[in-house]
Amino acid sequence: MAERIIGTVRRVVGPVVEAGNVTGVEMLELVFVGDERLVGEIVRIRGDVAWIQVYEDTTGLRPGAPVIGQGEPLSVELGPGLLGSIYDGVQRPLDVLRMQMGDFVSRGVHAPALSREKRWHFRPCVTPPCRVQGGAVLGVVQETEVIEHRILTPPWVEGELVRVAPDGDYGIEDTVATVSTPGGDVDLRFFHKWPVRKGRPYAKRLACAGPLITGQRVLDTLFPVARGGVVVVPGGFGTGKTMVQHAIAKWCDADLVVYIGCGERGNEMTGVLTEFPELIDPRTGKSLMERTLLIANTSNMPVAAREASIYTGITIAEYYRDMGYNVAIMADSTSRWAEALRELSGRMEEMPADEGFPAYLPTRLAEFYERAGLVTTLGGHEGSITTIGAVSPPGGDFSEPVTQHTKRFVRAFWALDKQLANARHYPAISWLESYSEYIDDVAPWWDEKTNESWRELRSDIMAIMQKEARLEHVVKLVGADVLPDSQRLILEVAAMFKNAFLQQNAFDKVDAFCVAEKQYVMLNIIVTFYTLAAEAIQKGVTLASLKRMDVVRDIMQMKYECPNDELNRLDTLLKELEESIHELTSIYG
Amino acid sequence: MNSQASTAETSHRRLLDDREYVGLDEVSGPIVGVSGIHNVGYNELAEIVDRRGTTRLGMTLEVSEGAAVIQVFEGTSGLKLGDTRVRFRGHPLTLAVSEEMLGRAFDGLGRPFDGGPEPIGEERDVNGLPVNPTARDYPRKFIQTGISAIDGMNTLVRGQKLPVFSGSGLPHRQLVAQITRQARIVGEDIPFAVVFAGMGIKHDEARFYLKNFEESGAMERVVAFLSLADAPSVERLMTPRTALTAAEYLAFDLGMHVLVILTDMTNYCEALREISTQRQEIPSRKGYPGYLYSDLASIYERAGMLRGKPGSITQIPVVTMPNDDISHPIPDLSGFITEGQIVLDRDLDQRGIYPPIAGLPSLSRLMKDGIGEGMTRADHAHLASQLFASYAHVKDIRSLASVIGEEELTALDRSYMEFGEIFEQQFLSQGPEEDRSIEQTLDLGWKILQSLPREELHRITEEEIRKYYGR
Repeated sequence: MAERIIGTVRRVVGPVVEAGNVTGVEMLELVFVGDERLVGEIVRIRGDVAWIQVYEDTTGLRPGAPVIGQGEPLSVELGPGLLGSIYDGVQRPLDVLRMQMGDFVSRGVHAPALSREKRWHFRPCVTPPCRVQGGAVLGVVQETEVIEHRILTPPWVEGELVRVAPDGDYGIEDTVATVSTPGGDVDLRFFHKWPVRKGRPYAKRLACAGPLITGQRVLDTLFPVARGGVVVVPGGFGTGKTMVQHAIAKWCDADLVVYIGCGERGNEMTGVLTEFPELIDPRTGKSLMERTLLIANTSNMPVAAREASIYTGITIAEYYRDMGYNVAIMADSTSRWAEALRELSGRMEEMPADEGFPAYLPTRLAEFYERAGLVTTLGGHEGSITTIGAVSPPGGDFSEPVTQHTKRFVRAFWALDKQLANARHYPAISWLESYSEYIDDVAPWWDEKTNESWRELRSDIMAIMQKEARLEHVVKLVGADVLPDSQRLILEVAAMFKNAFLQQNAFDKVDAFCVAEKQYVMLNIIVTFYTLAAEAIQKGVTLASLKRMDVVRDIMQMKYECPNDELNRLDTLLKELEESIHELTSIYG
Repeated sequence: MNSQASTAETSHRRLLDDREYVGLDEVSGPIVGVSGIHNVGYNELAEIVDRRGTTRLGMTLEVSEGAAVIQVFEGTSGLKLGDTRVRFRGHPLTLAVSEEMLGRAFDGLGRPFDGGPEPIGEERDVNGLPVNPTARDYPRKFIQTGISAIDGMNTLVRGQKLPVFSGSGLPHRQLVAQITRQARIVGEDIPFAVVFAGMGIKHDEARFYLKNFEESGAMERVVAFLSLADAPSVERLMTPRTALTAAEYLAFDLGMHVLVILTDMTNYCEALREISTQRQEIPSRKGYPGYLYSDLASIYERAGMLRGKPGSITQIPVVTMPNDDISHPIPDLSGFITEGQIVLDRDLDQRGIYPPIAGLPSLSRLMKDGIGEGMTRADHAHLASQLFASYAHVKDIRSLASVIGEEELTALDRSYMEFGEIFEQQFLSQGPEEDRSIEQTLDLGWKILQSLPREELHRITEEEIRKYYGR
C-alpha cells in the first residue's frame, strides 16, 4: 500500500483526532494529518471512523482536512548513523531539525532519521553465492571509534546471496547486497525499517548470567542487576532518579547505551549532550558519546510522541542486540509515558481504571519490559538488553498504579528514599526497601572474580544494616549511650558503611566510578573491621579506642584516596587494619 | 520567536477574517458551545460579542464538523443563547511584543491594565513552541541573590526554573521581592529585566510587588501581567503564557536576562481544574486533569538559554502548598518539572526566622554546575554538603531530645543541638534588606561548623579543614 487519502478530519480534541469517511486503513497505520502533514498513528477503527493519535501539536487543525495513509506502521530506520544522534520520540533527528527550523520545534517538519549524504566504509564478510537468513552479517561498517556496525540481513529475508558490494564507501541508500528469494530478488541496503511496536525476533532466550557492572557500589554490591535484566528505580522528586540514570549511562559496562528522556526536562538532555562527549569511557579510552544514543521527548513536547518514545528506544536497542552487543537502555521516566497513555486514553473517552490510567496499562508495561533479556540472536551471537526504568510516583508514594504494576514485571527494585536525599546521601537508594532477585545469577561471576565468597560478605553487611535499623528504634527512644559497646559497634559500622561505601560522589574524579574489584575489597575491609572489632570488644577493648585508630580515618577516605588502578593500596589498608586492632587487643587483653 | 510561524499566522488572518456566527447552543460555566460553523481550527481565538456589544475573548477547546467548544476567558455571565455573536479569528491568542512593553502593566490576555495605549508590535502565538533540546545552552552562571540559604545551600543559576513552595501566611512575597531586588551576576553590571505574572492574587499583593519594583528603581525594567483575584479564573490560564511570550521576546530577541515571577501557580492549577471539571473530563488525583503535568511543563519548560543567543529566562514560580502539603499534586508535579525548589517552613517562620527556608527539603538541581572554583569558590560544594549532612543529623538529635530530655544527651549530641541553633539563627536568618556576598555566606558557613568537632566533618577534605576550619 502506498500513500493515499484515507479520510478527512472530523473532530479535534488535543492530540486525538477523529477521522471520518475512512476506507481501507489498518490499525496502527502511520498517517499524515492535514495540510501540514502532522505525523499520526491510527489507534482505533469503528465503521468508517478512525481515531488518530497525533505526534505533533494540533493547534489550528480544522475539520475537513485530509488524512493521508502511509500503508505501513510507525517504524524506525535502523542502520549506521544512529549512534551519537539525538532523536525525538518518533525518531526525527533533533540536530537536523534545528538546522532546518531554528531553536524551536515547529510542526509538520520531516527529516530522515539517518543521513542520506554520509558515506560509510563497508567491508563485506560473506562471499556469494551462499545461503543467508535473517540476522546474518553481510559486512561491517565502523560506525564510531568503538562500535563496529554489523550490517544484518533483515529478519524477514532468507535465500541465496547472489551479490555483495566490494570493499568501499557507500551511502545509506546504495544497494550493498542482493538476495535471491522464492519471491524474487531482494536488494539490501545499509538500513531497513522496523515497526516500533513489534519486538524484533531472536533465536532463543537465555537465562541471565553475570552482572551489568554499573560502577555504583550500592547497586553492584547490594542490589545487582544481571545482563539482560530489568530494574525499576522509583523515587519522588528530588531523590535523584535522573542522577542514578545518568551515572549508569556513563559508567556501566554495556557496549552501548540508549537513553530515553521521556517527558523530562530539556536541560537534562542538554546536560547529557554537553557532558557525555567530554567524558572518557574508562574501558575504551574514547568519548562516551561514541556508544550513546539519545531519545529526547521532553515534557513540553507533544504527548503522543512521548508515548511512542520508549518503543522507538527499545527497537533501536534490539537492533544492536541483534548484532551481538550488550545494550543498556534507560527510560526516564516511565511514569510520564504512562501519563501520556492516560491522557490519550482519556481523550478517546475510554473507561478508566486506577487513578484514571487505562486498564491496559499493565499489559503495555509488560510488553515493554519483556523486550529486555539475554538472547541468542538470529545470527547466532549472544546479545542482551538490560532495561532500567525510572518511575516518578506522585508524592513519592510507591503504592500508586505505575510503581505497583511495574514491580510485577521487574526483578530488581532500587527504591530512592526522600530522607536520604534530604541528608544529601547520594545515591539515595534505600538499603531496606530495595531488592534484587539477581543475586544467584551474578554470584558465580563475583566469586570467580574475587576467588572468595562475595555472597557471604554481602549477607554479612546486609545483616549488620538490618540490625542497625532495629537498634535505631531503640536509640530514638533512649539514646545511643545506654547501649553496650557491642551494639554501639553495629551503629558505628553501619555509619561507616553508609559514609565510606554507600555514598558515592558522582562529581569526584576517583569516586564517580568504582570497579568491581575495588568494591569487593572495600566491602571486605568494612566487614573485617566489624569482625575484628567485635572480637576486640569481647576482650575488653573499648569502642572509643577502636574509633580513635588512625586506620579508621583512612577507611573513611579510601573511596577517594585509592584510584581504581591502585588497588594494592587497599590491600595495604586491610593489613594495617588487622595490625592496628591486634595491637589494641594486645594492650587491653 | 519564529518568523515563519508568525508570517503563516498573518496570512491565515487575511484569508479567514470576519467569520462571524450568531447564536450559542450551550452555556455551561466558562464554556460555550456553537454549531453551524465552518472551518474553525483547534486552539483558535474567538471573540464573543453579547447584545450590549461587549466583546469577550475565548479559545476553542474542541472542534468537530460544524461545531466547536469554546472557553471564554472573561466568564459567561450575561450571555444569552439567542443573540450572542461569535467571531473566529483564524489564529490562536497572540501578544504584540515590543520593547515598549517594559515599564507597563497588562491584563492576563495582554491588554493594557495601566490605562496606557494598546501595545503595538509583532504578534506572537502565546502558546509558544517547545525548545529543541539541542538548541539549549546548559545553565551554569551563578546568580547571587544575597540570601545565604539560597546562595550557599540551594544556588540559583541563570536559566534555571526554581520555584518557591510556600504556604498561606508565609512570607514568600518578601522573599521573592528580595530576590528580584538583589539578584545579580557577580562581575556583570547588567540588571535583570523582570516579567511579573500575577494570577489570582489580591490587589494589595499585586500592589506590594509593584511598589517594591518602583522603590528599588526597577520599574522601567518590569513588564507586569495581572489577572487578579477578581478577574475571571479562565483568564489565568493564559496569563503565564502571555507573560512568557513577552519574556521570550525580551530574552531571545533583545538579548536581555529576564527573571520571570509567576505567582501563584496554585491559582493557575485551580482554574485548569475548573475548566476540566466543566468539560467532564476524567480526573486523576484530587480532581485535577490527567494532563496537569504536561500543562505545567509547557509553562515551566519555557525557561532557559539558547546556544549562541545572549539572553536568558530564569523562572521563579510561587506555589502555595494547599494545607502545607508538599505531596499535593500541584507542588508535587511542579517539583518533578522544575530544577529544584525553595521550601518555606511554617515552624521556622513561627520562631521568627526570616527567610524561613527549610534546610532539608529545599534543593537546587543545577547548583552543582554553577558553583566551585571560578564560579563561587572551590570549597563551596563540600561545605554545602557538610552543612546539609550535619543539619540533617540535628533533626534526629532534636527528636531524640524531645523524648529523653536535653540533659540526657551526650556531649556530641549537645554540640549538634548548638550547631542547629546557630545554623538557624545566624546562617538561615537574615534581614529582608540584608545583601550578603557569596564570600560572606561561605565564611559564615565555616564559622558555624566550628561548633562541631572536626571528626564529625566527613564531607570535607583535610586540606579544606586546614584552610578554612578554625580560621
